[in-house]
Amino acid sequence: MTSTFLGMPVYAPRGVGALRGDEPFPDAARTALGNGQLRRNLGHATRTIRGKRAAVVGEVPDWEELRLAGEAVKAATMARLPELLTQLEEQVTARGGTVHWARDATEANAIVLGLVRAAGADEVVKVKSMATQEIGLNEALAEGGVTAWETDLAELIVQLGDDKPSHILVPAIHRNRTEIRDIFRRTMPGVGDLSDEPRDLAMAARAYLREKFLTARVAVSGANFAVAESGTLAVVESEGNGRMCLTLPQTLITVMGIEKVVPAWTDLEVFLQLLPRSSTGERMNPYTSLWTGVTPGDGPQDFHLVLLDNGRTAVLSDERGRSALHCIRCSACLNVCPVYERTGGHAYGSVYPGPIGAVLSPQLTGVEDNASLPYASSLCGACFDACPVRIDIPAMLVHLRARHVEERAARPVPSAEAVAMAAMAWVMAKPARFRGGERLMRLGRLLGRRADRITALPPPLSAWTASRDLPRPPGQTFREWWRTRPEAPKPPAPPKPPAPPKPPAPPVSAEEDR
Amino acid sequence: MSDARDAVLARIRSALGPDPVVPEVPRDYRRAGTVPAGSPELLELLVDRLVDYKATVITTTAEGLAGDLRTALDAGMPAGGRLIAPPGLPDGWLPGADVTVDDGTLGPRDLDSFAGVVTACAAACAETGTIALDGGPDQGRRAITLVPDRHFCVVRADQVVQSVPDLLVRLTPTRPLTLISGPSATSDIELNRVEGVHGPRTLVVLLVR
Amino acid sequence: MRVALFVTCLADAMFPQVGRATVELLERLGHEVVFPEAQTCCGQMHINTGYQREAVKLVEHQVDTFAGFEAIVAPSGSCVGSIRHQHAAVARRAGRVALSHRAEEVGARTYELSEFLVDVLGVTDVGAHYPHRVTYHPTCHSLRMLRVADRPLRLLRAVKGIDLVELPGADQCCGFGGTFALKNADTSAAMLSDKLRNVLSTGADVVSAGDSSCLMHMGGGLSRLTADAGAVARPVHLAEILAAT
Repeated sequence: MTSTFLGMPVYAPRGVGALRGDEPFPDAARTALGNGQLRRNLGHATRTIRGKRAAVVGEVPDWEELRLAGEAVKAATMARLPELLTQLEEQVTARGGTVHWARDATEANAIVLGLVRAAGADEVVKVKSMATQEIGLNEALAEGGVTAWETDLAELIVQLGDDKPSHILVPAIHRNRTEIRDIFRRTMPGVGDLSDEPRDLAMAARAYLREKFLTARVAVSGANFAVAESGTLAVVESEGNGRMCLTLPQTLITVMGIEKVVPAWTDLEVFLQLLPRSSTGERMNPYTSLWTGVTPGDGPQDFHLVLLDNGRTAVLSDERGRSALHCIRCSACLNVCPVYERTGGHAYGSVYPGPIGAVLSPQLTGVEDNASLPYASSLCGACFDACPVRIDIPAMLVHLRARHVEERAARPVPSAEAVAMAAMAWVMAKPARFRGGERLMRLGRLLGRRADRITALPPPLSAWTASRDLPRPPGQTFREWWRTRPEAPKPPAPPKPPAPPKPPAPPVSAEEDR
Repeated sequence: MSDARDAVLARIRSALGPDPVVPEVPRDYRRAGTVPAGSPELLELLVDRLVDYKATVITTTAEGLAGDLRTALDAGMPAGGRLIAPPGLPDGWLPGADVTVDDGTLGPRDLDSFAGVVTACAAACAETGTIALDGGPDQGRRAITLVPDRHFCVVRADQVVQSVPDLLVRLTPTRPLTLISGPSATSDIELNRVEGVHGPRTLVVLLVR
Repeated sequence: MRVALFVTCLADAMFPQVGRATVELLERLGHEVVFPEAQTCCGQMHINTGYQREAVKLVEHQVDTFAGFEAIVAPSGSCVGSIRHQHAAVARRAGRVALSHRAEEVGARTYELSEFLVDVLGVTDVGAHYPHRVTYHPTCHSLRMLRVADRPLRLLRAVKGIDLVELPGADQCCGFGGTFALKNADTSAAMLSDKLRNVLSTGADVVSAGDSSCLMHMGGGLSRLTADAGAVARPVHLAEILAAT
């Protein structure tokens, strides 16, 4: 392991964790799109949550001001990260906790395994956590002989179904009630002929996990926020499984990405308003637990905080991409994304799916390892509007596409696409060449002369004509018409003097003005 | 481990460059409510929000509290169900009731034998229907409000503030805090909300006007 | 007012009727339209596909071509979006600081057609007559990049004889997304099929939008359906409806 830092971004290592998929997005998406049940489940779930979110966001008069504050708090945090992490460490330590630092997934997994063994335990209960999913902690613990019990209902469904999470908030969103019932019937002893009523399913999970909560000696959690000035950690949840894990065991190990720190207690007043409304569409989630180090006589008496890099510093090193670290994991962008709604989360390969995953995963791993993700978007912009901390995901996708293309351009042999794009740019940069190009295009009229439309084209344009026609090119371009049209009649005097041009609306999807 | 610490901090500094710009945070959102704590309209809003999240709300007075609490317990506790309370519950809330006062020695399994818990709270937020517990003597350690299946929580009118910022101002970050908005719930099955999972499945709020 | 038309490369080559309609409309409203013949393409496809370096010369060409005009109008939300919100950033990324400033200036004077009519010219009733059942798809970049909001609908509502019907799920993307339609053809087609189902549910004989590209996409799908199931809605650009009398 190297301890010297050479100034190059250090990405999340290969071979550990869940940031890389097995196949490119378009291929995985094709499989997912063929699954009608999956599309119905996703369509129903995302429509439901979109409606709820819109209703509770609509009742907050200062929503936009909260978004602006959230965005700025996060940006200010990133700029002060060394100072804030050090302060957090001091505060947690002063209040009886122990802070560990992990450069990557492998190191974090080893720290957690060591702590579990030191506590003399061979099983842990877990609160749903993206960070521990990301680093593949459960697999690493299993290799070390430790069983991890996921206690969030959706995580439990995924774990029992030997499945993968497909959503940040609701990892089993791709499953409907009947499928969940079948998984429970198959894997939970003694549930008998369980019904598919959500309430009955929730009660089955309660009964199944109760004994685990009452006997667990070690819990592992993530954190939604960590307040630097006080050393306070926060976990936002709904079911009470989080409270169980954070309260009952003697040892608590919290694994947290370094970007989750916030400077001050008052900053939580912003995020505790933004997060619940954006994620579950509730005014407030049922339970939020906040703890600082160890409280004698109340809760775990042995507390460890593991601060995780695993590629986050690489994200931070890209000025145009670093705001992906602002994400508070609400998953609003997934729920409004027309691509996510149709393909689901598995197609993204990474534990971070949807629009935020498409910008975060490639930055954590290096763009080459997730090269198809920045293109997994029509750039429709719905994600930016939904993001509670105003991450400009569309602009970032465009930026990452450029990073990908430019990294590729360093190779000796350019791709066919790069050659075509360069040729088109050459043609379009000069009007005479452009007119020539238009004349060439008119050859397309030959293709469409029978049906007055083009129904089949060779690759790569066959991807278009597989499900869409193209119109037959017109006999006359606009500029040809312009040249041949009779001199336009002298316009009459305008009915009223034109208003001065209005300044354009503030940039919405523009990149940072630097 | 200090190797990792130094390496991560060095990576961050290198990523940020020599002079990272720290933006000003515009705090143009409502930083405080406009209605004083305990105002009738806030109490009404709190009740509305709590009921919306399937909590049971009983509005009472200081004089009527003991009686209404007894009625609520009679209605909500199972026959023979044991009741636990924190050590600092005000005298006179549970006159003559068969209640175990928590002495901090009971483990999770012991607590699981209790059917209900009665506590006060630290503060409440009307707009979100949130009740805050801070481990004070009249609320107790976190485990006693978690393991028993029924939570009877007394909220005084003057503890009810309007907004989330108002609520956080009243809390001390370094205390063990739990923010409760209705009974436990899940949205994990088809994103439909189902009340009652691992936390107390029943939340009864006694609002003292 | 003297207005420079940026017709967009797509309309120029494939949908000249959109350019003609824009010219006729603006002239009917009493304005002088000029067509700088040096114009080519704004480079949006290059930018959005990752070829920002190649796009720099297109940005420069756009800026050189339109620098002298007080108002530039294009019948396309996405091209105006690119010019206004991407061009300066592309120039900056390439270290072309002076070009980025010039691009900002040109971007600030470049308007999407409905913005220009409503905000700059201050008209919503353009004197059009269009006796058809029409549903309107607000394209993503008009809606979320330019924030044109209901301006196109205000213009359409003032058209005589029109039967304007609301499009369910209107704010959902049609699945075009430039090269997204090729690189993620299956997902794009799934989005298109949902969009077309909504279009057909309105019973409209015309689906309109402010972008030739999205219309080409929806039209391509409708054309395929027409071949299979007989005549269905046809795509017509907003400019064509507003120009009709």
